[in-house]
Amino acid sequence: MASAQHGAMAPITSKISISAGEMVVSNVCKSYGTGLFEKKVVKDCSFSVERGKLTVMIGPSGCGKSTLIKLLAGFEKPTSGSILLNGKPVTGPGRDRLVVFQESALFPWMTSYDNIMYGPIARGENDQKARDLAEFLLDKVGLRDFRSKYPMQLSGGMQRRAELARAMINNPEVMILDEPFRGLDAMSKELMWEYYSALYEESRRTTFFVTTDIDEALFLADRLIIMSNIPTRVRATIEVDIPRPRKLADFFLGDRANEVKMTALSLLHEEAMKSFSGGSKAAADFVESYARRSQRA
Amino acid sequence: MNMKKIRRSLFSRTTLRAIVSITVFLILWEAGSRSKEWAGFTMPWIGLVPPPTSVLAVWWDLLGDTGYWQSWYLSLMRVLSGFVAAMVIGIPLGLLMAVSRTFNSITFPSFEILRPIPPLAWVPVAIIFWPTEELSIAFVTFLGAFFTVVINVLGGARSIDMRFYQSAQAMGSSQWDIFKRIVLPATVPSIVVGSSVGMGITWNVVVAAEMISGGGGGGGSGGGLGFFIWNSYVGGSYEQIVIGMISIGIAGYACSELLRGIGGFFTPWLRTR
Repeated sequence: MASAQHGAMAPITSKISISAGEMVVSNVCKSYGTGLFEKKVVKDCSFSVERGKLTVMIGPSGCGKSTLIKLLAGFEKPTSGSILLNGKPVTGPGRDRLVVFQESALFPWMTSYDNIMYGPIARGENDQKARDLAEFLLDKVGLRDFRSKYPMQLSGGMQRRAELARAMINNPEVMILDEPFRGLDAMSKELMWEYYSALYEESRRTTFFVTTDIDEALFLADRLIIMSNIPTRVRATIEVDIPRPRKLADFFLGDRANEVKMTALSLLHEEAMKSFSGGSKAAADFVESYARRSQRA
Repeated sequence: MNMKKIRRSLFSRTTLRAIVSITVFLILWEAGSRSKEWAGFTMPWIGLVPPPTSVLAVWWDLLGDTGYWQSWYLSLMRVLSGFVAAMVIGIPLGLLMAVSRTFNSITFPSFEILRPIPPLAWVPVAIIFWPTEELSIAFVTFLGAFFTVVINVLGGARSIDMRFYQSAQAMGSSQWDIFKRIVLPATVPSIVVGSSVGMGITWNVVVAAEMISGGGGGGGSGGGLGFFIWNSYVGGSYEQIVIGMISIGIAGYACSELLRGIGGFFTPWLRTR
């Protein structure tokens, strides 16, 4: 499938020169409402998204990760603290930080090709170079035969790949992915992990990846940031120093992978227990699945 | 579409059911109308309606009558002029109300006060407002579609997924570009829905307006299908009343079909579902 086609192709760096950026988040707070109704969603959050690294953030669902994404992307402003891209404060959305949303945000009225060409056309760069790049990316994500299909005609996995291509054509310095593979079935999810991992290894673009899936987090991450329950803070940072290229077939057989996994799981479990006592449905689900997982292990 | 496909859709189960449905309806109607001759008593309500066979006979004679076709033409023109005016004014207005908070807060209250007033309540005012009766009828017809179109466009443009704006903005789209490539296409399905509902209302309205106003300036036989029905009632031709009614049904159906076709052309991505 996608990964097979992809192996034989020219790497993405032959077409675009990647300029990887770096983001530093320091002491960021975000609350909604004021006075009595104030709700702190993010509290005193500090971390960095290192140049050329794939940073994965994981935390119990409903912990405010999506809020953090909105802040990094510039869709919303932090209540206090600072977010810097290459040393300059983030003031609004920009093509240097592109977001791939959970569930597809492809424009339903445009074909795959037109979706990918959205950015270049918006900036008045509808030239041969951009069109060539669009063709190249269509190939890269294995959608050559689906170039004139509308998003609704694509499978879930194809939609995510089209969306990745739509972001990549703009050559952002930082890619921000908000649970991009959520809602895919287990099979296509694992295919997407391998596919995405290979794509990343090719470009080494700075990436901030948010997920709730521990296996996904470990397989993709250079660095794993574990978040606390709401209000969101950084609970722990783990360097996932497992060499690349990684293959899913043997990844979880390695001692290091399992070691990191157990550490991460017990931290996540603690956080989930906290919200469990607070009566969160999502946390209850997590605790239950954690119990099942450790029985299997 | 090739011949095979046409044949398949012509002789499909759905078509068969449609034929059965209409045939059974006509038989029941015929039996009901002829209950006096056949069973010796008059069926309530339907017993006084002319049976389909005599309606068809009268219709056959009418097919060569220019006055009858003139009625079609007049009603259709009124519907189209009112409808087109409602689209031309209503779509930009709805879009403007959706994108500009200021404009919306200025116009929406007045709009909401005018909206619940039934178009027919406007007839006397319309006759006073406009110099010709023809314009008065077109105006009332316009009102029938206008409010529906605006409300649908406004609702459609308002419910666009936030993430579409965010993605577009992040990829470097200007405000105008976002309007052209996001807001407009995302609203087209609501425009299609609004216009087909609006078209139905214009037919309701035009017929009533023609009855009330006495059929416009055409004089004699040239008063539209609504006037045709009223005139037939006054003249005592019950068959023609029924013909007028069915003619409106056919005309309305044809207009809706046409709109669906045009709507499908503008929303190719919805055809793929």
